[in-house]
Amino acid sequence: MNPKRKQRLISVIAIVVGVSLAAAILLYALRQNINLFFTPSQIISGEAPLGTTIRVGGLVKADSVIHPQEGVAMRFVVTDNVGEVTVSYSGLLPDLFREGQGVVAIGVLNAEKKLIASEVLAKHDETYMPPEVYEAMKASAEDSTIKQP
Amino acid sequence: MLANLRQLASPKNFYQFAGTIYPWILFLAVGTLCFGLVWGLLYSPPDYQQGETVRIMYLHVPMAIMSMAAYMVMAGASAVGLVWHLKTAHIVARSCAPIGAMFTLVTLVTGALWGKPMWGTWWQWDARLTSELILLFLYLGYIGLYQAIDVVETAERACALLALVGVVNIPIIHFSVEWWHTLHQGPTISRLNPTIDASLMGPLYLMILAHWMIFMAYVLMHSRTAILARERKTQWVKSLV
Repeated sequence: MNPKRKQRLISVIAIVVGVSLAAAILLYALRQNINLFFTPSQIISGEAPLGTTIRVGGLVKADSVIHPQEGVAMRFVVTDNVGEVTVSYSGLLPDLFREGQGVVAIGVLNAEKKLIASEVLAKHDETYMPPEVYEAMKASAEDSTIKQP
Repeated sequence: MLANLRQLASPKNFYQFAGTIYPWILFLAVGTLCFGLVWGLLYSPPDYQQGETVRIMYLHVPMAIMSMAAYMVMAGASAVGLVWHLKTAHIVARSCAPIGAMFTLVTLVTGALWGKPMWGTWWQWDARLTSELILLFLYLGYIGLYQAIDVVETAERACALLALVGVVNIPIIHFSVEWWHTLHQGPTISRLNPTIDASLMGPLYLMILAHWMIFMAYVLMHSRTAILARERKTQWVKSLV
């Protein structure tokens, strides 16, 4: 390769490497701000600010949903299998909201570290299959749990 | 050997080569697109969680893949253009920008249309969504920069540099859902064992193939026009038109 081209090739590689390094340092410094939500364990350890709007993400704990009664908002528990945060919410829920589902709740933490949510979003996972396949998988999973001693 | 390659990659040869193959690719593009759309929209099953809404995937995912692939081709061609001073490489890079911007815009729009019924929101400043929006601005910046500089050679070099600087965004888009907590779900088909049933994967892969064909056909056609404009003062173009 002639020396001029070699030099230009080195410059091109240097640009890409340099910009990548700069971006990596920037993103590392901003990592907490880039996360869309706090996990329940982060909230318990006190990483999330009280009294300002934040997002909490995790799974809706099984059997934790208490539907709204007169004058009382609905409540549910968001868990990351380590920590738990109680969320109270009065508003419309997305169709995918159910127990065991991933959610992101937007709201304000009160003094008891309960989230007073103004909006609840549902996450869906990266698995795609027809309903029949899901039913078959669920049935076979139940079979195997019954057979286990 | 290298001189031969340079000869093959001359604008004139590329113009003729592109003219021979683009009709075939366009034909395949239209064929796979029609077949993929009918398969995906009419003859594939709904999803166990998302129901019929999952069909947006057959547009959203191929568009998203191509929005990044087009940028990689653009950056690769720009690097070749800068190092070897190949006119054709610069022209190919330039041809990737408009269709790449279109892929990105459609990704964002179909994503919003999918997000509203599933997540409950059109938009969140999530790492995946935001980095894809930055990709749109990179494409628009590239197109704007090219238009803003009158001397073609200078415009090409400036745009090539911009393309190289922006390439850092591509891994950020791809890994955003793994590096940070996001509303957007994690990767499905880029993992070792794709977590998608074969009945939904078939039409999805066909649509991805169709979008690759659309991209290639567009770049070849656009490059041909750009070569004619760029080389309008040469003898071979004058004798052609």
